[in-house]
Amino acid sequence: MTTETSTIVTPAPSPAPQFAPTDALGRKVLVQVRDLKKYFPIRRGVLRRTVGHIKAVDGISFDIYQGETLGLVGESGCGKSTAGRSILQLEEPTAGTVKFADRELTEMGRNDIRKTRRHMQMIFQDPYASLNPRMTVGNIISEPLAIHGVGDSAGRKERVQELLRVVGLNPYFVNRYPHEFSGGQRQRIGVARALATNPSFIVADEPISALDVSIQAQVVNMLDDLKQELGLTYLFIAHDLSMVRYISDRVAVMYLGRIVELSSRNEVYDHPLHPYTQALLSAIPVPDPDKEGRRQRIILEGDVPSPANPPSGCRFHPRCAYATDVCRQEDPVFRDLGTAAGPAWWPATMRPATTGEVRN
Amino acid sequence: MAKLLEVTNLTTRFYTEDGIVHAVNGITFDLGEGESMAIVGESGSGKSVAMKSMMGIIPSPPGKVEAGTVIFGDRDLLQLSAAEMRRVRGREMAMIFQDPMTSLNPVLTVGVQMTEALIMHLGMKQEQANERAAELLTMVGLPNAADRLKDYPHQFSGGQRQRIGIAMALSCNPSLLIADEPTTALDVTIQAQIVDLVLRLKQQLGMAIIWITHDLGVIAGMVDKIAVMYSGFIVELAPVRALYKETAHPYTVGLLESLPKIDARRKERLIPIKGLPPDLLREPTYCPFAPRCRYNIERCWEENPPLLPISKDHTSACWRAEEIFNGLRIVDYSKEIAVDAIAALAEAPL
Repeated sequence: MTTETSTIVTPAPSPAPQFAPTDALGRKVLVQVRDLKKYFPIRRGVLRRTVGHIKAVDGISFDIYQGETLGLVGESGCGKSTAGRSILQLEEPTAGTVKFADRELTEMGRNDIRKTRRHMQMIFQDPYASLNPRMTVGNIISEPLAIHGVGDSAGRKERVQELLRVVGLNPYFVNRYPHEFSGGQRQRIGVARALATNPSFIVADEPISALDVSIQAQVVNMLDDLKQELGLTYLFIAHDLSMVRYISDRVAVMYLGRIVELSSRNEVYDHPLHPYTQALLSAIPVPDPDKEGRRQRIILEGDVPSPANPPSGCRFHPRCAYATDVCRQEDPVFRDLGTAAGPAWWPATMRPATTGEVRN
Repeated sequence: MAKLLEVTNLTTRFYTEDGIVHAVNGITFDLGEGESMAIVGESGSGKSVAMKSMMGIIPSPPGKVEAGTVIFGDRDLLQLSAAEMRRVRGREMAMIFQDPMTSLNPVLTVGVQMTEALIMHLGMKQEQANERAAELLTMVGLPNAADRLKDYPHQFSGGQRQRIGIAMALSCNPSLLIADEPTTALDVTIQAQIVDLVLRLKQQLGMAIIWITHDLGVIAGMVDKIAVMYSGFIVELAPVRALYKETAHPYTVGLLESLPKIDARRKERLIPIKGLPPDLLREPTYCPFAPRCRYNIERCWEENPPLLPISKDHTSACWRAEEIFNGLRIVDYSKEIAVDAIAALAEAPL
């Protein structure tokens, strides 16, 4: 990353992104990710020499349209959280570009990124670990405002109270500490903090995984309501496909650092093209004893291989029921299959092009 | 079916600095030989504490099993001495845990840990125990089992560790297996593997199973009956089909409604249970679910409803159980956020 841009005399707070470029179909692209990679070095020995790399994210490309929720789904170790963090530049990408509206984040200096971050926020998985136990709720929510130099202290106070009301908490709670709240309430505090600076883009990193079932539904509905009311754009990261359906407009499935399928919500659930997506869907338990008894489940053999040493060819081939010789040798290309769902199934599983990006 | 386990009025409390935690409030259920049941509840519902009370592994102080009987075979487990209880645990009833690392010792090889129980409980010789351990690991689907006995727990993946936990639990042929959220920490595809394995083993070995979970999805196809717990009470107890199809308690209705449906058409809205989890410090004088219940009436705030039969083998602790059993549903699609506050927020200084 270069620092050349930081020499420019910067005006007061960074203005909100004015426009997002439109793609060929006239959709506004708020976030554009191209060939994004994030490798972590594996160090060994006394000299901590680098002996290899964990390829957490290994070349992913996609667009996030303004006003949509893109679900990013994968199992532990697939790189979905690292992808989210790399997009926000919380991790410096090893390669690739991320464009936010009209700005190239990967070419910005630290200061400019920090200023832009006011428009892109994050909601974290663990509402117990992501809130400082020694800060009051009021201070937790107003911290981003103070950091970005928004308003004076009276104005910030007023804004915090409104934020608490918006997420369904009593404004009277501002002087309480996180331990006085339940998991669901803490997650609401985390959401209020993310909303404080009026962002346009939010990365929600498994925001419901640590919550009880009845509370998960509350938080999913809250995020969806906020999106409608505030015109937000989300990257919603999850480890299974069940809840994602209720909030996403499009869904991307990740496996071992790569996106293996990306499509509209209904396409992914009704016509999954990639064998891994099919297995993920089939693994979701159905709360109905009659259906559950009749259902034929795809049970994948073995575990996810190490991202330090991914399998040759298609990364999914050791666990794939459809794998052939070509899958063991050739790395499948991520390509647009159009909207034709029927015949696309065949090349999606038997030929090198095992993945398809069905856009619509 | 001969009775294997009869739990009556089991009551456990924790005496803490903040007050008395009413963790388990007089639960009663039974289980036949080879029968499988699930205990469903969210965090703080008392499901794990109830099982630990049965097995005599409640940390005391602060915990105390205050009342009840647990008849297992022909004796009351709550009356047994610590030494007698140790013989029952591991040999006649075994437990698998959410995080298999908690039941595996990280500095001992898997072989040492697996043969320990075989030597202690079954009096096997080391060599014989090694053989049996390899056999058990093969049975739970671990490849090259005999060679892997000398490996340490960290050399296995999460799913493999859970398989080892299951092999250890089954090593002495228990008549009852208690599974405490064994799949919660695992990825969905691995979860499917483990559920499949436990079902196969149950068929093969015929032990009874109590499966503790927060997820009504996982157990739909695998148990005979289900007890739903809330705030330390069993609020509904029913054969599996009746629980899903003839639900008779508002909390169970709420749990089912808030679950994502994978076969839902289009983008639907989830129906959450509003409000907060229960406060266990409160003396349970009225219905503990009333503050979150869309069906609550005056009586719910005056008397805590007892668990009463609604149809064959089906009981529910709700004053309006019959109406709900007969299909009464109140649906609340209200927003999760304060929409009027949005406008105020837009005007707040930024």
